[in-house]
Amino acid sequence: MDELLDILSECCPDIDFEVENTLIDDGILSSIDLVTIVGELNDAYDISISVDDLTSENFNSAESILDLVLRLRDE
Amino acid sequence: MLNSVWELLKRACERYADKTAISDAQTSLTYSELLDAACRVASAVHNALDGARGQAVPVLIGRNALSTAAFFGVAASGNFYVPMDPSLPDKRLSDMLAVTGARLCVNAGQAVPASFAGLTVLDADLLPPADMTAVDGMASAILDVDPLYCIFTSGSTGTPKGVLVSHRSVLQMTRQFSEAFGFDDTTVFGNQAPFDFDVSVKDIYNTLYHGGSMHILDKKLFLTPKKLIETLDERRVNTLIWAASAMKILTSLKTFESVLPHHLRQVMFSGEALPAKVLTDWQNHLPGVRFVNLYGPTEITCNCTYYIIDRSFSPEEHIPIGRPFSNTGILLLRAGKPVKPGEIGEICVRGTCLALGYLNAPELTERAFCQNPLVATHPERIYRTGDLGRMEADGNLRFIGRADTQIKHMGHRIELPEIELSCGALPWVDACCCLYDGVRERIVLFYQSKTRDDKALIDCMKAALPSYMLPNRYIWLEKIPETRTGKLDRVLLREQYIL
Repeated sequence: MDELLDILSECCPDIDFEVENTLIDDGILSSIDLVTIVGELNDAYDISISVDDLTSENFNSAESILDLVLRLRDE
Repeated sequence: MLNSVWELLKRACERYADKTAISDAQTSLTYSELLDAACRVASAVHNALDGARGQAVPVLIGRNALSTAAFFGVAASGNFYVPMDPSLPDKRLSDMLAVTGARLCVNAGQAVPASFAGLTVLDADLLPPADMTAVDGMASAILDVDPLYCIFTSGSTGTPKGVLVSHRSVLQMTRQFSEAFGFDDTTVFGNQAPFDFDVSVKDIYNTLYHGGSMHILDKKLFLTPKKLIETLDERRVNTLIWAASAMKILTSLKTFESVLPHHLRQVMFSGEALPAKVLTDWQNHLPGVRFVNLYGPTEITCNCTYYIIDRSFSPEEHIPIGRPFSNTGILLLRAGKPVKPGEIGEICVRGTCLALGYLNAPELTERAFCQNPLVATHPERIYRTGDLGRMEADGNLRFIGRADTQIKHMGHRIELPEIELSCGALPWVDACCCLYDGVRERIVLFYQSKTRDDKALIDCMKAALPSYMLPNRYIWLEKIPETRTGKLDRVLLREQYIL
């Protein structure tokens, strides 16, 4: 989790990913943030996040993002 | 000949009273409902201002149809609207309010920010019915050269600039778009741009001019692109006038590999240079769609040139910005003289598309909107864009870059010195420098202070700047390098940290 938090904070230094859990629902992430995060996660974990994965369930919090990363890495 | 956008709305209402004009995620307004809502706003504004005209009336905007009703209402009262996003930091809203000198605002269903405490607030959704004849009377006194709206852009002095645009310029824009792109009453616009960004002006007024419809896309849809495309289909959106950055997002997220919109006929983009590879992605997935590159700053009422894409482009090619609309003249000048064919010059614009100037900033207006140096016999204003361009052999204009420190980021125009001024104003920051990483599309802020405290700096910047202006990277340095003449060494910083 710490590694993921580091990546997320590097992408969006003005967001507290340890606290926020409505990143998509409340529009805390901007669309350009999302593009940056998806690109960094794909590179860091050698995964391929598709447009089908871009849902509020998967991206509302650091925890849900971690679940997605682990799921995609196992596939 | 129409004199005001109120007449535009009335004309559309005569023909299309029961047709949906503007819709958002929750509500929709037919043309007659839009007229009725605007009439209420006009009457309330007129009464609250004791019949005063020519006043700035801020509108607290949301992604809703009610905001557009507020715009038409303020316009009909003989005043001009200033779209303001309540989510901006209070300091920025206060700066903008100070420029307008406003004492009244119209609220389109938003929580009223603290900075509006001294203003009378009219809630657009709670106003009583009003007498249409009286409002028609108010509107009949509008001259076509009267201001219609004021949209704020970033200013290099640290204070946002309010660009004041007339009814005439907007009505002309709709006619130019009609001639060039053939919209009609079957056109359904998918509005992406916020209402405090002038790309949205094209959606609103072209909808009204043609009796089409406009659906306001929720900002959050761009975080879930599949839902966004589904919404475009559900609403039968066939025309997009989007910021290029929005197109880039859909391509970056590989949206079209999973889902495609089915009704699109025309996609127009502006705001910044669209990389050819993004255009290619859209062209490949949407072969039946016409694409148009639009160019122009807010000061010339949306766009002054256009290029209808007529071929594919290789990734290293630049997409031309094309030729001027028929009410517009383009001059390429260097030191007040036209450049030779093929040379680079500053893009200067003449014609009825020019804004009236910057609100309550006569010196700034005089500098940017100046006498055409090629005309000595009579007054003729040109607008100096600060953009550099070159006329290609085929007669199409090409955008080369900026002559100053302005950048385009996420479709927004940003003066980097404005970010530096916000950072430099903090007492514990000794020096700072802001650069743009065009490859990664990141704003990078270097700061020099005794100790490193990114979090404190981020908090201060969030309190001063809109989110799109916040740096994406903060780099603390014990000492920012200087050139031999004592200036911040921007070249070295770029070489060491960005390239």
